[in-house]
Amino acid sequence: MAIYTNEMLESMKKVEAARAVNVTLDPRRMTAEEKDTLLKTYHPDYKEGEFTNLQIGPNKGDKVPLELAAILQANPRIDPEKVDLSNPDYDVDVLIIGGGGAGASAAIEANNGGANVMIVTKLRMGDANTMMAEGGIQAADKPNDSPAQHFLDAYGGGHFAAKKELVYKLVTEAPEAIQWLNDLGVEFDKAPDGTMITTHGGGTSRKRMHAAKDYSGAEIMRTLRDEVLNRGIPVVDFTAAIELIKDDKGAVAGAVLLNMETKEILIAKAKTVIIATGGAGRMHYQGFPTSNHYGATADGLVLGYRAGAKLLYPDTLQYHPTGAAFPEQTFGALVTEKVRSPGAMLNNANGEAFMNPLETRDVSAASIIRECSDRGNGVHTPEGVGVWLDTPMIEIKGGEGTIEKRIPAMLRMFAKYDIDIRKEPILVYPTLHYQNGGIDITTDGMSCVENLFVAGEAVGGIHGRNRLMGNSLLDIIVFGRNAGRNAAAKAKDVTVGKLNLDHVSAYKKEMEEAGIHSDIVSPKLLPDYRRHK
Amino acid sequence: MENMVHVFLMGKMYEVPSSLTIMKAIEYAGYQLIRGCGCRNGFCGACATVYRIKGDPELKACLACQTKVEDNMYIAMLPGFPLVKQIYDIEKVRPDETIMMQLYPEIYSCIGCNACTKACPQGLNVMQYIAYAQRGEYEKCAEESFDCVMCGICSSRCPAGISHPQVAMLARRLNGKYIAPKSQHLADRVQEIKEGKFEGMIEDLMGKPLSEIQELYNTREIEK
Repeated sequence: MAIYTNEMLESMKKVEAARAVNVTLDPRRMTAEEKDTLLKTYHPDYKEGEFTNLQIGPNKGDKVPLELAAILQANPRIDPEKVDLSNPDYDVDVLIIGGGGAGASAAIEANNGGANVMIVTKLRMGDANTMMAEGGIQAADKPNDSPAQHFLDAYGGGHFAAKKELVYKLVTEAPEAIQWLNDLGVEFDKAPDGTMITTHGGGTSRKRMHAAKDYSGAEIMRTLRDEVLNRGIPVVDFTAAIELIKDDKGAVAGAVLLNMETKEILIAKAKTVIIATGGAGRMHYQGFPTSNHYGATADGLVLGYRAGAKLLYPDTLQYHPTGAAFPEQTFGALVTEKVRSPGAMLNNANGEAFMNPLETRDVSAASIIRECSDRGNGVHTPEGVGVWLDTPMIEIKGGEGTIEKRIPAMLRMFAKYDIDIRKEPILVYPTLHYQNGGIDITTDGMSCVENLFVAGEAVGGIHGRNRLMGNSLLDIIVFGRNAGRNAAAKAKDVTVGKLNLDHVSAYKKEMEEAGIHSDIVSPKLLPDYRRHK
Repeated sequence: MENMVHVFLMGKMYEVPSSLTIMKAIEYAGYQLIRGCGCRNGFCGACATVYRIKGDPELKACLACQTKVEDNMYIAMLPGFPLVKQIYDIEKVRPDETIMMQLYPEIYSCIGCNACTKACPQGLNVMQYIAYAQRGEYEKCAEESFDCVMCGICSSRCPAGISHPQVAMLARRLNGKYIAPKSQHLADRVQEIKEGKFEGMIEDLMGKPLSEIQELYNTREIEK
């Protein structure tokens, strides 16, 4: 079904011919200076023309991607003067916006904390990037490892820009997060004696990647979803939050909701709110394809920003080095880092192993872009360009059957197009994968806006300017639970005042005064892939 | 010129490029999906779809995001197929045979028609994992069902009214929590952290000047 061009076939032969030698290589890691120059020259975050400075709001003057600026400085979906807030349709202690891993973790802990908690999600419960995380989850639980070593990897991998106290929380609560998941019934890969099977990810100095085959996120998500349902936590699905509501004390006190299909407007009143809306891949920054789920449109950033929440590092995105570049039907889909962990090498068009395959994601992505641009060593495909990821090496290094055992989802994805990754290498190119930045929080999970908590990919500052593989599944659990616990505790002391949308009116006024005329509305909610003639 | 095919979306004909997946063909035809679309990558099961090819009586099932269109394909999506999910307390259930009897007794009405297995877009041996569940062999049920995306197509074909994905979900949780071997090193590490064993080490690291942390990072030893 997948039809290779002659150029691709010729190049594949070179990869095959070089495999016996390449499999013995361990290409040296780049020096700090080499990485620095590489990133500045080739990483998309450094393309000045793709960014602009915000003109209004808490981050006025800060640099953000053009596409993000357009939705942050856009019109609300409602007229704040005309929404009736006097008869809320829902009245809860904790309102969670988003039904992914962070939202589900928060819901379970808020429920443990005795709060009346409700989840709203614009698609189904579990429609989230969590579901698609393949590779694994980090935790320093082996004798040769320590939370301090994990700290060093995460902080260094994020270019020393992360908030240290958040990284501290991430790494010290990691083993307990794994235990919590295991106790809920998540099936981690284990040796017969119970030892967790752990591997490297890009940028890790110890093998601390825990996995559930290459369905790690799916296994975690479906288990959390099952637990949320077992507890009878209400889930209002196909319903988006389109604006936060505040009370007369300026604290966040609920959200305006939109039924995605009937377009009915509903009002949810809450003592505390948790934004767990996830990432932004479907914004297609700089025209990149994405590995993200359908609803990843940065909604939480828009909601929070209008309500006065400050963003941290909104200008840093993660381009996963190995998005599928071929065949067309898989374009942009994630090829998990777990393919490189057990030894698959990145090869250019000439079959040369041009880099160590376990550099951090930003360095790997920039290196692939360099190979395909200035160096002219990319393989041209009908859709663009890419480099080879030599998957058959996994079987050579790990023994026959390793691929089926460890990365069955990858085997299946390519087999649908008659590509047997046990025998043939695959073509990859960076794909938009993760929003490194997001809403700034303190260690209790709250933003600078009273009673507005944030968890998961919508948070900024945990990963600095680059996230390591396996630290996102970890962060949604650690900070999801944290936000749930703290939002539930905080709710006990909150008396909600009179509801209003004054901040939305004020934001509109600020836009007018800055001379911003936008013809779009936000949050975006869903991308539009319809063909427009 | 792109090679075009005819597809019938809920009965209406559209002409679409033959290279598209069913999901992209629906969008090409002009629909913005709300239901029936989630991860777009074969992990979430939102886009359960059934179809027939003109002239062939066999009803086929697939995930719309993972399947290419064919000429004269008659397509209907099954978003939100009603699965029965029973409520239970994971702390109180035990991995014995009685639990399936209590929560999902309909699995014992399986007539062995194998329609579930034939329909599974993940190529799972669904009937086999239900047989394991009937016998209380949850480890095997968990392994056999592991790649399930809970799309519900199996249930849509089942004459016995079994909600296979939910049965498997229960089996996997039982296996993960109760049957799989315990990780002693994990329990030890959680305990060590509770006792504050690493606090000093990390706080010491955090307190160092940036240049020193950078040096430590750049020269750190990487496990082979």
